[in-house]
Amino acid sequence: MHIVVCIKQVPDSAQIRVHPVTNTIMRQGVPTIINPYDLFALEEAMRLRDKFGGEVTVLTMGPPSAEDSLRKALTYGADRAVLLTDRFFAGSDTLATSFALATAITKIGETYGVPDLVFTGKQTIDGDTAQVGPGIAKRLGLMQVTYVAKVAEFDPAGRTITLERRAEGGTQVLKSKLPCLVAMLEATNEIRRGTMENALRAARAEIVKWSAKEAGVEDMSKCGLKGSPTIVKRVFAPSPRAEKAKFIEAPEGSNLAEALIAEVFARQPNLEADLTALARGF
Amino acid sequence: MSEPKTPPAPAAGGRASTKKELPEHFKAYKHVWVFIEQERGQVHPVSWELMGEGRKLADKLGVELGAVVLGAEGETVRGAVAEAFCYGADLAYVVADPVLTDYRNEAYTAAMTDLVNTYKPEILLLGATTLGRDLAGAVATTLLTGLTADSTELDVDADGSLAATRPTFGGSLLCTIYTLNYRPQMATVRPRVMSMPIRVEKPVGRVVEHKLGVVEDDIVTKILSFLPDRDSNKANLAYADVVVAGGMGLGSPENFQLVKNLAAAMGAEFGCSRPLVQKGWVSSDRQIGQTGKTIRPRLYIAAGISGAIQHRVGVEGADLIVAINTDKNAPIFDFAHVGIVTDAIRFLPLLTEAFDKRLSAHSRDKLAS
Ligand SMILES: Cc1cc2nc3c(=O)[nH]c(=O)nc-3n(C[C@H](O)[C@H](O)[C@H](O)COP(=O)(O)OP(=O)(O)OC[C@H]3O[C@@H](n4cnc5c(N)ncnc54)[C@H](O)[C@@H]3O)c2cc1C
Ligand SMILES: Nc1ncnc2c1ncn2[C@@H]1O[C@H](COP(=O)(O)O)[C@@H](O)[C@H]1O
Repeated sequence: MHIVVCIKQVPDSAQIRVHPVTNTIMRQGVPTIINPYDLFALEEAMRLRDKFGGEVTVLTMGPPSAEDSLRKALTYGADRAVLLTDRFFAGSDTLATSFALATAITKIGETYGVPDLVFTGKQTIDGDTAQVGPGIAKRLGLMQVTYVAKVAEFDPAGRTITLERRAEGGTQVLKSKLPCLVAMLEATNEIRRGTMENALRAARAEIVKWSAKEAGVEDMSKCGLKGSPTIVKRVFAPSPRAEKAKFIEAPEGSNLAEALIAEVFARQPNLEADLTALARGF
Repeated sequence: MSEPKTPPAPAAGGRASTKKELPEHFKAYKHVWVFIEQERGQVHPVSWELMGEGRKLADKLGVELGAVVLGAEGETVRGAVAEAFCYGADLAYVVADPVLTDYRNEAYTAAMTDLVNTYKPEILLLGATTLGRDLAGAVATTLLTGLTADSTELDVDADGSLAATRPTFGGSLLCTIYTLNYRPQMATVRPRVMSMPIRVEKPVGRVVEHKLGVVEDDIVTKILSFLPDRDSNKANLAYADVVVAGGMGLGSPENFQLVKNLAAAMGAEFGCSRPLVQKGWVSSDRQIGQTGKTIRPRLYIAAGISGAIQHRVGVEGADLIVAINTDKNAPIFDFAHVGIVTDAIRFLPLLTEAFDKRLSAHSRDKLAS
């Protein structure tokens, strides 16, 4: 069995600071991490491998420095890492990104065996769109199951997979066929710690590096800026609200809580009646 | 949708075309469509919120507003179509087929892409729900067009292009995204980001019935079962009238009970800022903000929350924001309407008691969660 996991290297958002005056991002020295959601995808893939045998290949598209994330994934226990890097990919939106990743997955299939499963995270913390997974699935003609909380059953011989999928108001239990793309939800499993043995292996491992051409891209106009139908025209800071909050202080002889309640109901006259009705259980 | 990898001006300079040069075959694309999302007999309110936005866009462009309703033939579909007219649709596109009974990506993507290719809308809006995001990504890729996720503002500019604005760089900045040379221009919007339009009783108007191009045997994915959420409160936070939330200023998970107590006394929902979820004090479905729920209550009370931009974007639609914070310079006072500079741990019990008295209710036990 062969599973491909798509991971992205992203800036550690917990460390991003916004300049208090200019309201712009201070990006200097912000460390990068593997997109946190993708770690749950990687863990789930490795669990299936550990149980059913086979290999896990991690794939990322990004700058040469994204190699760090791939080595980290090898430390966790992935078997092989592929870095898709080329200046032609710069400025890709989700359509162009899914094109590049889908092309590379096809090449991975030709080189190392056709994947039975492709895993992605629910979404990235920088792009935050949840579109790349569905994009890859459609490009490769794979079944697509997103917001997956649990792999309930896996039958490699029968080539089926049963998944619990988060839906509005509940959980869908779906049975699909392989090959299939699964986008994993957060906090769905406990991510293992890397072993010393894997760390040593990761440090020495050779990362497969492909340019667009090497990955099998024939039409460069589908990559990067050229292949991106969306155009970012403007980036700006949100405008501040004109007036500041009115500060309530307790008038002489009354208490602060009552003063606040009076202010609230003065501003929202209908609220009191509605809340009273609600409190009475109507 | 794109996340700007480089700052604005230079990035724009690199694009193949930042000017509108719409290819000939896209010029026939006209009208604004909204996907009416329903699951198990219920239309998601985000669809009506989008109808409100869609109406404004259609009026600006001088075109029609179409509602897209997919599902199994029956009362649900009929009801959704009838409602769509009350929320401003000029016409409805309906694909009714048993294959569409429950949401499955393959069948819904087939239905939606076929409708688009046949009737050619210039703008297509969907809710950024689990269903809407799953569908939108697949449809946009199949149609090879642009999609802007989680838009917070929609407009059309002078040349009639859709301008979709969304947060970027972790929510600290906003960016406006265009799909100039492809059709349809697609965008998703999260629930509660747009206000609910007024419903006006209207008769059912023009309905275009379309046949589904796939049959059950073509669909590989089968639904085995559906397990509804046990906690029925889960979905209510976004649509609650009154929300009380707590942040790191509460200092401990035990003190978070004070927030729940006030919420119970008011018959309100409770929520929190992100760090409380990360620390495991409160479950993630209670998080308010950019990466949590967007709320639009009539009253929002925030206790011990600093008011970071990622929190702010989730609560700005509230009619009245009350902030309780020990620091009079906390950013939350820049967008709250009413502020109290005091220790929330001491003040919340007093406020709870005062509300209890004022509402003369003895129903706390019943409403407490
Ligand atoms: C990509 C990204 C997405 C994010 N998404 C979200 C999101 O969806 N929602 C969200 O909330 N955050 C989000 N955040 C985090 C956000 O930036 C802030 O870190 C977070 O909102 C701060 O939470 P807080 O106000 O509870 O804590 P703090 O910032 O620590 O503020 C605590 C406040 O409590 C006050 N205080 C202290 N003691 C008391 C007391 N006794 N009584 C009253 N007040 C007191 C302090 O003065 C302070 O203002 C996101 C961040 C990133 C980078
Ligand atoms: N550049 C990339 N390289 C590899 N995987 C990616 C990349 N961008 C996105 N993905 C995958 O697609 C998922 C959704 O990303 P997004 O659409 O950006 O929210 C992520 O969780 C990753 O698994």
